[in-house]
Amino acid sequence: MALDDSKREFRFVGTRPDRPDGLDKVTGRARFGADMNAAGMLHGAILRSPHAHARIVRIDTSKAEALADVKAVVTRADFAEVPFKPGLAGEVWNVLENVMAGDKALYDGHAVAAVAATSALAARDALKLIEVEYEELPYVTDVNAAMRQDAPVIREGAADFSVPDDMHPNVVRRHESGHGDVEAGFAEADLVIEDSFETEATHQGYIEPHACLGQLGKDGKGELWCCTQGHWIVQKTCAALLGIETANLRVTASEIGGGFGGKTTVFIEPVALALSRKANRPVKIVMSRAEVFRATGPTASASMDIKVGMKKDGTITAAQGEFRLQGGAFPGAPGDMTAMCAFAPYDLKNVHQVGYDVMTNRPKQAAYRAPGSPMAAFAVESVVDELCRKLDLDPIEVRLKNAAREGTKASYGPRFERIGLVETLEAAKAHPHYAAPLKPGQGRGISCGFWFNHGGETSVSLALSEDGSVQLMVGTPDIGGSRASMALMAAEVLGIPYENIRVTIADTASLGYNDVSHGSRVTYASGLATIKAAKDAVRKLSQRAAAKWGIPEDAVKWEDGCAVPSGPNAGDFDPLPLAEITAEMGQTGGPISGHFEATPEGAGVSFATHIVDAEVDRETGATKVVRYTVIQDAGKAIHPTYVEGQFQGGAAQGIGWALNEEYIYGEDGRLQNAGFLDYRIPVASDLPMIDTVIVEVPNPGHPFGVRGVGETSICPPLAAIANAVSAAAGVRMRHLPMSPPRTLAALKARDA
Amino acid sequence: MSRVHVTTTVNGDETEFLCDPRETLLDCLRDRLNLTGAKEGCGTGDCGACSVTLDGRLVCSCLVLGVEAEGREIGTIEGVAQGDELHPLQRKFIEHAALQCGICTPGILVAAKALLEKSPDPTEEEVRYWLAGNLCRCTGYDKIIRAVMDTAAEMREAV
Repeated sequence: MALDDSKREFRFVGTRPDRPDGLDKVTGRARFGADMNAAGMLHGAILRSPHAHARIVRIDTSKAEALADVKAVVTRADFAEVPFKPGLAGEVWNVLENVMAGDKALYDGHAVAAVAATSALAARDALKLIEVEYEELPYVTDVNAAMRQDAPVIREGAADFSVPDDMHPNVVRRHESGHGDVEAGFAEADLVIEDSFETEATHQGYIEPHACLGQLGKDGKGELWCCTQGHWIVQKTCAALLGIETANLRVTASEIGGGFGGKTTVFIEPVALALSRKANRPVKIVMSRAEVFRATGPTASASMDIKVGMKKDGTITAAQGEFRLQGGAFPGAPGDMTAMCAFAPYDLKNVHQVGYDVMTNRPKQAAYRAPGSPMAAFAVESVVDELCRKLDLDPIEVRLKNAAREGTKASYGPRFERIGLVETLEAAKAHPHYAAPLKPGQGRGISCGFWFNHGGETSVSLALSEDGSVQLMVGTPDIGGSRASMALMAAEVLGIPYENIRVTIADTASLGYNDVSHGSRVTYASGLATIKAAKDAVRKLSQRAAAKWGIPEDAVKWEDGCAVPSGPNAGDFDPLPLAEITAEMGQTGGPISGHFEATPEGAGVSFATHIVDAEVDRETGATKVVRYTVIQDAGKAIHPTYVEGQFQGGAAQGIGWALNEEYIYGEDGRLQNAGFLDYRIPVASDLPMIDTVIVEVPNPGHPFGVRGVGETSICPPLAAIANAVSAAAGVRMRHLPMSPPRTLAALKARDA
Repeated sequence: MSRVHVTTTVNGDETEFLCDPRETLLDCLRDRLNLTGAKEGCGTGDCGACSVTLDGRLVCSCLVLGVEAEGREIGTIEGVAQGDELHPLQRKFIEHAALQCGICTPGILVAAKALLEKSPDPTEEEVRYWLAGNLCRCTGYDKIIRAVMDTAAEMREAV
């Protein structure tokens, strides 16, 4: 069987077996970040800035160090010297500066010192004895204010080459793309709408706070256990921040209690290692929820201007947008991705987009599920919805009329390969939800959403046991059932039962480099690598059969878990099952394993269409989502139940973002709602059942047709819900979240 | 600060531990008794990941002090299965894929078990409001609610 042929008929793929880690997770046995201990272990705690922006004049740790329970105190001086570079070229410096402040505290919650003590309580007590003298500085937390010429400067020289010289130093990256002539396009339109939108910063809101257990000796060799979406990036970054060699740090990923992009970098891990090196004992650090809110995540906030022109028949003649993203005190806000995603669902002759990455005195933003795309979709899909209303056109028909298809030149440059946007729109049009009557006071919204998806560096190793069972080692932490998908894909190629394959997330010492579990890449890239590693093993198994039978290798094929002669001329031999070949492998050439290492490039973009019905309480301004349908192209659903789970989870996070979740800063520049009581994520009683439709338009870049599904599901909800609320309230909602006070104010302004 | 000696019953077994009077019941279960099934998601009683029963009543163990366990009966996720036989809720959670990352699962199972003991035939709305104190960020709750409803139906048939 050639390695690159595509498969469309399946025996295991598409079934819904129990996940292999299910038992551990329903019995409390599964070990997450905070569930690991070591002999002689100390507990670490981190002192954080109470100021939005302040020069650190002096840190006196002597009183804390004098305590008998305290075994080590670290500040920035205990980390490696890392060169500063502008923009994302200086990301290692940016991460170090975020992990432990240098000359200045840059946001409320910024780490300034840390202690390791014999108990967690002793460590917390010791923090109170560290004296820090601050010189408070002017601060800014709003994106538009941070771009004004009179804004306080966060850091000179952080901007890269893309930013014009006349812009404020807080603007650190600029992106521009598009094609055609937008002015000519607007001139052809029957109606042009221009409007501005804002979204507030939200947190990924994983239920498991960051936790780690690290040990680092004076010999530069260390061990680290932590909850992360990618332990190789943790290994590489910690090594750089501590000045040790990468291979000398072995990192093991624990079970991970949610990440959504927020666990793709390091915060406490280098601190635990620095404390351990100083104390010569293992150090565990577990963040509190308040620390998670103040110093990790969040997503960027956005301020956006959109202009779209349409003909009376619904044809979009031109579109343009400017997207200003605030990403905290470091470069990295996804102004570029926001701009590139904004108009991706449309086949446009004339399109132009500009994105800005802007620094403020807030925590360093981290990726959150399709970073930038949900905000862009909110702004663009709101304007398209308004055009449909004014021109009295059906919103699905208008999107079908302008939909991107195979061969369309994307708004961000390349030509699309086979994509499934039209199929999701057709499925939405045909869905009973779209035709269902609405009750008085309810509104319906629809939106499309887009995400690129990602391949990334990937290594997989598959080892056969004598009894024919299989150990599959992947390097992408399982954030939503991926071990089940990997086992299904391996079973499909090997032709042996799903249950005979044990999937392990290997540590950094046991497998080659793997990129993080992000970019919806795991089922695509680790899946592709699993298929190819299994095919590599099948090739070796077939060689053993050929040798046993004394026939050429190409006269053997693999069928239903057995080597068989490829045809009548190959010879007359009984099928040789996998377990019979492995039983003899020690004598027939040694152990059999399959490997694959590469950076797959065919991730295949993905589109979704969501339909939502919302009801607005005119007295309180509160919104209730009463019906929700997700329709998304999965390429090929390996384990459909977990694909549905990704669709539902993305929609639920989108509902939280649209209706309630936001970082609220006070006049003092400090975060006002660093807890789950005041930062309210959706609870069970807030939500309806979330219906799903899995569309399957195979991705030509994956042997089984897989497209990543994790991120696209959060792209349409903000816009779809805003369109539903705008319809229900009779007023265009331009600022997320549409919390009760904000919606009430909009209702009052409408009636005034 | 001197430690306090506490004698208590956990999942039917009498046990004892020493703790700082400031330590929560959750800290004691996890750090003193090595029962790490209950999780700390917030430490403020907002997320329910630390749900246990205290004399049969559902509580957030992060809001109970370890010393308050003296002479009481604690039930944790580790005691939900009977030997190698899973509780129907545990089986149905696996079958319905009612978990993704699984960090909230122990708390939700303890809470759902408490619900079904009180109310064997709950409506969807009852289940949603009962579990409103247990945050899940992965699933959107859909499959969790279905798993609990399906378990309730199966347990009613078995009676």
